[in-house]
Amino acid sequence: MSKRLFANSDEWVNIDGTKATIGISNYAQESLGAIVFIELPKVGTTVKKGQVFGAVESVKAASDLYAPMSGKVIFVNDALEAQPELLNEDPYVNYLIEIEVETPEDTGDLMEEPDYLASRH
Amino acid sequence: MYNKGGVKMKKTALYDAHLSLGAKMIEFGGTMMPLQYKDIAFEHDAVRQKVGIFDVSHMGELLVTGKDALKFVNYVVTNAIPSVSKKVTYALLCDEDGFVIDDLLVYVLTSEHILLAVNASNIEKDFEWLKKHQQKFDIELKNVSDSYSQLAIQGPLAHDEVVQLLQLKPPYLTFMTFDVIHYLNEPLIVSRTGYTGEDGYEIYGTHTRIQTLWKASLEKGITPCGLGCRDTLRFEASLPLYGHEISNTIHPFEAGLGFAVKETGFIGSESLQLKKQQVSRKLVGIQMLERGIPRADYRLFAGEKEVGFITTGYMLKTQTHPIALAMVELPYTKLGTELQVEIRQQKLACRVIKKKFYEKHYVKES
Repeated sequence: MSKRLFANSDEWVNIDGTKATIGISNYAQESLGAIVFIELPKVGTTVKKGQVFGAVESVKAASDLYAPMSGKVIFVNDALEAQPELLNEDPYVNYLIEIEVETPEDTGDLMEEPDYLASRH
Repeated sequence: MYNKGGVKMKKTALYDAHLSLGAKMIEFGGTMMPLQYKDIAFEHDAVRQKVGIFDVSHMGELLVTGKDALKFVNYVVTNAIPSVSKKVTYALLCDEDGFVIDDLLVYVLTSEHILLAVNASNIEKDFEWLKKHQQKFDIELKNVSDSYSQLAIQGPLAHDEVVQLLQLKPPYLTFMTFDVIHYLNEPLIVSRTGYTGEDGYEIYGTHTRIQTLWKASLEKGITPCGLGCRDTLRFEASLPLYGHEISNTIHPFEAGLGFAVKETGFIGSESLQLKKQQVSRKLVGIQMLERGIPRADYRLFAGEKEVGFITTGYMLKTQTHPIALAMVELPYTKLGTELQVEIRQQKLACRVIKKKFYEKHYVKES
């Protein structure tokens, strides 16, 4: 059974076998305020755990997106380009990318939802 | 409360009011201020279409009193300050090399009482600068920032609302004029000025009277607006922000502020006479041609050559493309010049456009 895990940088990953979806947390979208721009990698790109793979911008500022897991991008949620506000509406349904996960066991640094929420101030 | 560096944060008299409205609070210039109450774009729109109210109590007030008050102020600021009149003057404090220390508004209350309204982030710096130059003048200097609260009420409906709130009578103030009136038995400085490009008023008073005025304004349905939209509004109106369009490495003629610089007789005037003849870079407007948002400090290129940097940039709902103000080297300042802005290590196409993004709505005649 897949379960959402959260990175300290406020992205989440939902691993399902060899695939994983990645998005930003509700805490992230609330902190950012209205999201006006999103930059995502292309299908086929490799994202590396802990490294920048894109950006999300609120009215005021740009925020880098950090990959919680490594893998090859197999799907990009392009709808977000035209409608970045969808991320504010529902950051779980409106995930960012789907990847083929390199090392699905490498989740030691990620938190389950209750621990993640407790760690946000 | 304290910030991450352990420095005690200041609060305005309206802090509790902001919390009760659910404002998202941020630190600005050492003070906890509301970034937004509902949504930055919503509040921006409220000011452009109707009327909004801002707590701007974080701003500073420096008082110059004494026989030489007018002489002293004319010596330290770039603009010509007239003797007693109802005029509010926009001016700059510059150093000996003509670089900007701050921009401010000058209120000549009497020939021996002059109030300088300065930026929140520069209060101590400005005060020290004034004290450094006061020796030859028969004056007293006081930092009265903690004694004042301040509101800004801005928008096409602002005048009507303020007339009702303060029971103003004609003849009404016009743009860049002020008066001292009584409100609940205390003096308020009321000026028809602002930082949004709309008609409106800025009101200075004691903490209790400003608290009452804030409450009365919200009861009338005026939209509370935070620092988030204060910046998008002033940017859209091409108004400079210290630390961005002006700074200690930028002089007034580079920033298009020559209108606020008199010929002689002030600190920096000699340097500025030279600098005026040798302007090598200017503030311009930038419009994106490829998908991206230009932000402050992003670098600008003409091919391989680095030619400038963004000072402020936003993607606004009220504009068709992301736009910016930028400091660019001549001759790349020519309208229509195509440049590249570096956004996250990628160079994206943009072009130079007019700095005027918005038609201002100042009421210059009553």
